[in-house]
Amino acid sequence: MRHLLSTRDLSRDSAVELLDVAEDMADVQLREVKRLPTLRGKTVVNLFFEDSTRTRISFEAAAKRLSADVITFSAKGSSVSKGESLKDTAQTLAAIGADAVVIRHHASGAPQVLAQSGWIDAGIINAGDGTHEHPTQALLDAFTIRRRLHGAASRGRALDGVRVTIVGDVLHSRVARSNVWLLDTLGAEVSLVAPPTLLPVDTDGWPASVGYDLDDAVDAAPDAIMMLRIQQERMDGGFFPNSREYSRAWGLDPERFARLRPDTIVMHPGPMNRGLEISAAAADSMQSSVLEQVANGVSVRMAALYLLLSGERPSSSEREVA
Amino acid sequence: MVSQPFLIRGVSLPDGSRADLVLDDGVIAEIGSGLSAAGAAVVDADGLIALPGLVDLHTHLREPGYEQSETVLTGTRAAAAGGFTAVFAMANTSPVADTAGVVEQELALGEAAGYATVQPIGAVTIGLKGERLAELGAMARSRAQVRVFSDDGFCVFDPLLMRRALEYVKAFDGVIAQHAQEPRLTVGAQMNEGALSGELGLTGWPAVAEEAIIARDVLLAEHVGSRLHICHVSTAGSVEVIRWAKARGIAVTAEVTPHHLLLTEDLAASYDARFKVNPPLRSREDVEAVRAALADGTIDIVATDHAPHPIEAKEVEWDAAANGMVGLESALSVVHASVVEDGLLDWSDVARVLSSAPARIGRLRGQGQELAVGSPAELTLYDPAASREFGTGDLAGRSVNSPYLGRTLPGRVMATFHNGYATVLDGRVEEVGA
Repeated sequence: MRHLLSTRDLSRDSAVELLDVAEDMADVQLREVKRLPTLRGKTVVNLFFEDSTRTRISFEAAAKRLSADVITFSAKGSSVSKGESLKDTAQTLAAIGADAVVIRHHASGAPQVLAQSGWIDAGIINAGDGTHEHPTQALLDAFTIRRRLHGAASRGRALDGVRVTIVGDVLHSRVARSNVWLLDTLGAEVSLVAPPTLLPVDTDGWPASVGYDLDDAVDAAPDAIMMLRIQQERMDGGFFPNSREYSRAWGLDPERFARLRPDTIVMHPGPMNRGLEISAAAADSMQSSVLEQVANGVSVRMAALYLLLSGERPSSSEREVA
Repeated sequence: MVSQPFLIRGVSLPDGSRADLVLDDGVIAEIGSGLSAAGAAVVDADGLIALPGLVDLHTHLREPGYEQSETVLTGTRAAAAGGFTAVFAMANTSPVADTAGVVEQELALGEAAGYATVQPIGAVTIGLKGERLAELGAMARSRAQVRVFSDDGFCVFDPLLMRRALEYVKAFDGVIAQHAQEPRLTVGAQMNEGALSGELGLTGWPAVAEEAIIARDVLLAEHVGSRLHICHVSTAGSVEVIRWAKARGIAVTAEVTPHHLLLTEDLAASYDARFKVNPPLRSREDVEAVRAALADGTIDIVATDHAPHPIEAKEVEWDAAANGMVGLESALSVVHASVVEDGLLDWSDVARVLSSAPARIGRLRGQGQELAVGSPAELTLYDPAASREFGTGDLAGRSVNSPYLGRTLPGRVMATFHNGYATVLDGRVEEVGA
């Protein structure tokens, strides 16, 4: 794998392979010594143009557990805040000798620009670009669903026939986009539920059904329901009248939660707005996978870094040594 | 400048006939066959088409203020390379061309450069801010004799201000050239709104934001009996509105850019900011509609919206990139590729949409005239049989933000004559030093 820019261009085989490598990485996490020596001597740069503590520390943990050297570069207070261009930043990182760049950027497409620019030779991982994609989030979501459904027998499996409902601000959500493409590639059936103002104007080409009614979606008894975060700026942006109305119509409140099947997985990419898009009853239930998603995030990001920087699955002997 | 006579041998005229042309003393002195002229430089034009010098109603020359992108000199060299003998210079310079002083400065810079007639466009509102009318009368009565007024880059959004502007310029036969973009519907807009914008996560620029302003403005123009010109029409819906307005007898004219005739929004999927432009590249259906509209006269002219930007404004992430493309050097080839090759327009139509009609809309004398004895020697010679991979070597201005680099385009401008002297010969820009 040269770069990981989107789930759109990920084949089914490479997606399953990545999830399988993530299973290997998850096994490592169960040991007393959680570290593999595989990326010793490699340099991973976390290039964060947007604040994101959760994603950043997840990638940091992933890189460190593979023994890579990790440099974290936050735009705030750096040369970027003094007007340095993406090009100059990239060339600087190339000169430092970065082997992989994990980039989070407020502009859609920035990771792709970096990957095709020739400014830097490193492998690029998209850690969220604008309202475009967030591929490792979708991969960790798929990983989480697969583990819940198949447990130790997950390896080699896809998500054929699994019904996943994604609820909320699809229009601005890179998580939703990456999930739609990836879940479809893995054979799942995706439904999107949102107020009409928070859906893209034309989703005819998306491999997902689209609806406005969360009650209908709940009564359809999905295998997993993923609640998206409502950003503060949307609340003030006139996309819906106010947060109370949003919550009444599109929040997973206790009543709706109670109507779900007892084994429906309740997902959220975090950070949650409790009481808005998700109730405490749902978030803290046994059905909630919110914390598993965080833990699985490290395994999936280890797998992504691994495949990017060493190009193949860890050998069994390597796993023994660690 | 004392100009040498030219004898152009065996050129095809727009109507398809073949002739020799003698240019002397700034005019077309003779048209016929087997002509000779003592002391004339002979141009073998076998296989070339002669067109009246092209006139661009929509050029950004960037001077004064943005000389890192373009100057009047470099921009008019680009114009000459593209076969243009006159350009209308948009008002979004710094300072803005909203006073007689600035438009006269631009006029003088054009005269000094000597590559093409530079006809300044005046801003409609002070500083392009859309709040108060600029001194339209002073600009009209200045040495620059401004007749076209535009806040291009910004829409004259306030309907009352637009009404007043339309009314006011009637006093001197002026026209308001509107950049039709409803600002509230296009906050943060990055590309055409549709399936692709949703997929790419780029904020959409909906067609309705253009169409709603055009609909409002044609009704205003009808109400006050004024001339209205619509810049860079880009959508099928806009074409429908303009067609309706023309059928009602409203005095509206419209332009389409070469890039909206050829390119589609798919190019945004690369996130390569060379394809970022305002209005954005649209869908295939929109491209088909503007082509048909140019062919049936609903759209009157092709105008380049030549918008030079330095490399650093384009070698960035899409959101951060400047809007715009250079277009003077490639315009004729792109028109050739998009509407001539498939027979929608013939060469006399090209002469109309790229020369006579823009000159007429802009009330520019001495340009856009038929190739006839006594007409000003403003013409270009084009080789329609040529084909080339368009590259930076084909650009003659200061900036290289062309969307056509690496693309094969038909045809090539071989010579351009302005005021009787050659600004381009053998496909190369001449040093004219006026």
